[in-house]
Order: sequence, then structure tokens, then C-alpha cells
Amino acid sequence: MAAEAFPREAGHAAEERLRAIDPNVLGVAFFISSEALFFVSLIIAFVVYRGRDLAEATGHLDVGRTAIFTVALLASSGTIMLAERQFKRGSLGGGRAWLAVTVLLGLTFLIGQGIEYLGLLRQDITPQSNLWATTFFTLTGFHGLHVFVGLIVLSILLGVALAGEVTRRRHTALTAAGLYWHFVDGVWIVVFSLVYLWR
Amino acid sequence: MATIEQVAPVPRLTSADTLWSWVATVDHKRIGIMYLLGALVFLVIAGAEALLMRAQLATPGGHVISPSFYNQLLTMHGTSMVFLVGTPGVIGFANYAVPLMIGARDMAFPRLNAMSLWLFIFGGLLMHFSFLAGQTPDTGWFSYAPLTAHFASPDYRVDYWILGTLIPSIGTIATALNLIVTIFLFRAPGMTIRRLPLFAWMMLITSFLIIWAFPPLTAAQAMLLVDRWLGGHFFNTMAGGLPILWQHLFWAFGHPEVYILILPAFGILSEVIPVFSRKPIFGYNFMAAATVAIAFLSYLVWGHHMFATGYSIPINASWGALSVLIAVPTGIKIFNYIATMWGGSLHFTTAMLFCIGFVGTFVFGGLSGVTLALVPIDWQVTDTYYVVGHFHFVLIGGTVFGLFAGTYYWFPKMTGRLLSERLGRWHFWLFLIGFLLTFVPMHLTGLIGMPRRIYTYPAYPGWSELNAISSIGAVFMALGALAFVWNIIRSLSHGEKAGDDPWDAYTLEWATSSPPPPDNFREPLPPIRSRRPFWDRKYPDEADWKTEHGG
Repeated sequence: MAAEAFPREAGHAAEERLRAIDPNVLGVAFFISSEALFFVSLIIAFVVYRGRDLAEATGHLDVGRTAIFTVALLASSGTIMLAERQFKRGSLGGGRAWLAVTVLLGLTFLIGQGIEYLGLLRQDITPQSNLWATTFFTLTGFHGLHVFVGLIVLSILLGVALAGEVTRRRHTALTAAGLYWHFVDGVWIVVFSLVYLWR
Repeated sequence: MATIEQVAPVPRLTSADTLWSWVATVDHKRIGIMYLLGALVFLVIAGAEALLMRAQLATPGGHVISPSFYNQLLTMHGTSMVFLVGTPGVIGFANYAVPLMIGARDMAFPRLNAMSLWLFIFGGLLMHFSFLAGQTPDTGWFSYAPLTAHFASPDYRVDYWILGTLIPSIGTIATALNLIVTIFLFRAPGMTIRRLPLFAWMMLITSFLIIWAFPPLTAAQAMLLVDRWLGGHFFNTMAGGLPILWQHLFWAFGHPEVYILILPAFGILSEVIPVFSRKPIFGYNFMAAATVAIAFLSYLVWGHHMFATGYSIPINASWGALSVLIAVPTGIKIFNYIATMWGGSLHFTTAMLFCIGFVGTFVFGGLSGVTLALVPIDWQVTDTYYVVGHFHFVLIGGTVFGLFAGTYYWFPKMTGRLLSERLGRWHFWLFLIGFLLTFVPMHLTGLIGMPRRIYTYPAYPGWSELNAISSIGAVFMALGALAFVWNIIRSLSHGEKAGDDPWDAYTLEWATSSPPPPDNFREPLPPIRSRRPFWDRKYPDEADWKTEHGG
């Protein structure tokens, strides 16, 4: 920036702290706030319609199996933090390994969701069946789509990391992607509680 | 500084003027200009649609166009004006001016910025391709359920509407994120938050409105797509779905959207009025605070679009009271503009004329808005031309006047040439007179009961005359718009050379050349010690920082 030619004025402390934030991280943080409202809208629809066709519908869901896949997704939030920590320490091998584990855990969750969907479709439960099924497939489907997008991002990051481009000094992309990944996990905690645990 | 390294790898343009260099650009200035050109093209199209409607309504029982074509025009006019003219118009100016005003070299994410632009352009093209496909949307810009359900609209019209608005909206959200990060992190040293030019302030708040208001619409549109393509039941009354859910989600977007359209116009006024009054803005802190207050309130009042849907008195009364409250921060702004002009040395350029016109028309539109926030009045006039008159007063008398003012103000910076003041005066007076002729009578046609969104009307007493006046006014507006377009085309090649600082202005964009180089500033920026850094450099004896704290 041309402006660099001028000495930095002593600004307010808050202002200085703000400017220290990485643009990628700040951008993703606000993107997440926007995404959150998208999910809030879908969740409102789910809650409003929840009472209808509920008794008939929830019996088809396998809470225990989904809980196990939920653990996989939640664990991936931990492993991505471990990956970041390793990169910060300068341990590139460790970072790459934890990143790979994160991708695998996310994939596991998606496979679990696929199994669940297949089971429902085999019983002829589709978005057309009733209002509950419409909201169920829409809400969990959009969450699954977000996990899928997250997996693409993490896979690209893994490739970049394997090429040696993520280092101790350059890991903010991982921080930003991690923020998004935590958000996707957080949404699932809400969705799982509402759809599976709320009887 | 980490932020500098982030921008450095952006590809530099090699040739200045080839078409390809515009297509491939990631320069915020070129992207801003293309946003504005796109908005102008869609303004002409959507304006022509309005003219056709006014031709049909000029006489009772008219036969200019068919009822179904009228529905298509009604839908395309409204949808285009909101999604393809107003929103990209304000985003175009934000893209162009904000990085320059805060002394940045570009937006935070230049490639993302280019993506936003092309999503807008291709979304708009897709929307208009519906004409060629014979599938023009006809369910209104609000597209209420269950009219949009598959059983009521089995063809692709609604799908064109969904995708034609969804695609530009994704770009709009991306631009808003881009602006937030740019304003927070890419300000030049010394450009503290409290010294931000008010246009940048209002774009920051508008950006927050965008990222938090568009998602409910996107979610509602996703649900509608599920309904239409996967046989879902979100809005299907026969399976227990609630059409009113659509209204809630739509207006949870739709009401903040009108502030997304008006706050940047306020921002433009906050730059133009001080420069042409030769005074700093009056009440900077109150301006910024009022913007935040308006944005906050705008999320709480979507229900005033739904007074007629049968909610209880206490609920309606709360929505009404909150809506009336918005008049307070809005009034603060209007008083600040008047106080800025008061005792100033006024220069009546075309940009300034549109600002003064704005203050008058927006007060009128704001007051009719207060009447609509009162539930009993709304019940009487809802779905009549009174409402049409009201929102055109704020959207044209507000947003469009602001965009016109911005065009006359920043065109010299963009092109190096001034727009013709003579044509500008024709533009202003034709458009203002046409505007008043068109929309003042609509309040009366509404009060005597003429319903909106209907392709014709019987020759009831008073209806014919008032409608004829509205239609004549529309012709004047079209002539004014023609003068505007001709002014732009002519001034591009024949306009008077502007120089770098034709208005003797205050903010940093005027401290660089016209047009600015690709990386914005070749010379060192003026030291930023107040809200008017460029003024301080030009008039060191009267510098603001000597007389005030300036944040």
C-alpha cells in the first residue's frame, strides 16, 4: 500500500487489535454468521412443522447409529485443531497427518448420512412423503452439503499442505477453513438434538 | 503488514483498454464501473416495462397489452429494480469508491469481487432469457405462496424467478463480506473508524444488513425449489404447509432490503452535500449512530408488510410502533443534511440538485410510510396504489435520486471527464417533474380505492384522470432518463476534462488522478489526521485537525 510511506499513528488499542486479524479468518467469520441465519431459517421451518406427521416419522430414524457418526464429525473438530497446532509448531508431518484424519472423519460422517438416506428411501420415505420428511431431508441435506463443501476445502488444503505450502508462518487458510468446519459441526449439534433427540 | 502480502499476487493488467482486459479484471474500479453499467442497462429495460404498464393503465379498460403480459411486466419490473438495478447500483458505487476513500489499493478479495460481478451479470441475463424462452416470471417480485406452488405455476416461470434472483444474491453477499473485511482491515494508517467517510460507514452497515438479511430469502427459495422439484410440502396447504411461512421469510429479507437500498443513498448524500455546501458534514457521530439504529430496527419490522394477514392487535401494534420508531433516526439524518446546507456556500451542481430533491421527496415518502405503519390506515389502503405511491417515493425519490447524485459526483473520477451540467439540468427537472406527476396522484388513486397489481380498471369517477396524469408523468421520467443516458454517452468522448479534483472535495479518492491508476495511488497519501484528509492537505491553514479532535 502506498500509505505505508507514512508512519503509523498511535491508534486506539481496539483498532490495533482489529487490524491484526487475518483477512481470510475475518471473512470466513462473517460468512459463517450469514450461513448461520440460513440454517436458522431452515430450523424455524422444521420446528414449525415438527408436530405434523412426527409420530409416524421418527420411528424410522436410527438414533444410535447416527450418534456414532455424530461422534466422528465432532472428533474431526478436535483433529483439525490438532493439525493447526502441529503446523504452528512447525511439525509439518504431524499437521498433514491430522488434516488427513480430519478428512477421513468427515467422509465417515457423510457415508453414515448416505446409509441413513438409503434406508429411508428403501422404505419409500422421500421428501414427498409428508411435511416431516420434507423438512428432514431439506435440513439434514443442506447440512450434508455443507460437510461436503468443507471436505472439498479440506482436501484442497491437504493437497496444498503436501506440496509444502502450509508452514508455521503460513497457516491462516487452515485457521479459516477450521473456523468453517467448527461451524458445520456446531450446526450438526443443533440439528441432531432437534431431529433425533427431541422426542 | 500481512495484509499487503495478501494483495500482492493479484494479476496485473497489461493492456489498458482491450475488451478482454475488462472481462478478466479484478480491479475494484473496473468491477464497480461494470456493476454500474449493468445496473443502467437493467434500469432502461425495467423502465421500459414500467412505461408499457403505464400505457396500458393510461385509459380505463385499455387494450395495449394482454392481462398475462401485464403480470409478467409487473413481476419483471419489480424484481429487476430491486435485484438488478438498486442493489447492483449501490454495490457498484461501493466497489468503486470505498477502497479509494479509505486509502486502500483494492478490495480485500479481488477475485471474489470479480466473481460477484459475473454472478450479477449472468443472473440478470438468465432472468431476462426467460423472455426468449417464453417463460417470463409472472408471480410478482414477492412471489407469494401458494401461487408459486407447482399446481398453480406448473411451467418454469417461478424457477426463472428463483434462479434469476438467487444467483445475483450470492454475489451480493460475497461483495458485502468483501466490503466488511476491506473496511475493517485495509484502511490506510490514520484512517480510524471514527474518521471513515460516511459513505464507507454506511456501506459497512449496509454490508452487515446484506449478510444477515439475504439468508432468509435464500432459505425460502431453497424450500420453494424443494417443493417444486422434489415434491416437498413447505408451502403446500394440502399437506399442512403454511404459505405464511413464505411471507415471514420473504419479508425478513424484504424489509432490511429496502434499507440496503436506501442507506448507501444516504451515504452518497453525506459525501455530496458537504462538498457542495463547502462545509464539513453536520453531526457525523449522529449520522453514523442513526445508521446503526436504522439497521437494527429494520430487522424487527418485517411484520408491517403483513398487517392484513390476520395477526392479533398486540402483535400488529408492536410491529407498527417499531416501524414508526424508524422515523426518529431517519429524521436525524434529514435534519443533519439541512444543517449541513444551512449557512453553507451552496453550489447547485446537478449532483447537489438531486441531493436537495432527495431531501424533499424522501421526507414525503417517509411520512406516507409512517401513515402505513399505523395499522388501521394500512388495513384501509393495503394493496392499493397508495402503497405503490409510497414505496416509489422512497425508492426513486430516495435510492434512485441518490444514485443519480453519485453518478454526477464520481463520473469525473471514473472517466476523467465531467458530465454535461446543461443536460444534467434537463435530466433533473424532467425526471423530478415526471416523478411528482406519476406518483403524487397514485396516493389519491389508492385512497379512493384502486387496487394495485391489476391490469386494468373501470371508469370510476376520478380514476381515469388520475391514471392519465400518472401515465403522462411516466413519459417525462422517461425523457429525463433519456437525457441521463445521452449525457453519459456524449460526455465519455466530448465531456469537459475534469482534472483530478473538479469539486474541490475532501476525501481521498480525489487525491489521486482521474481516472486513478490500477493500484489507486501513485503519490503518497495525504496524512490522515481528520475526517477530511485531502482538505487538510490543500488548506493547511484551515486544517480540520487543528480545530477539532476528528476521532
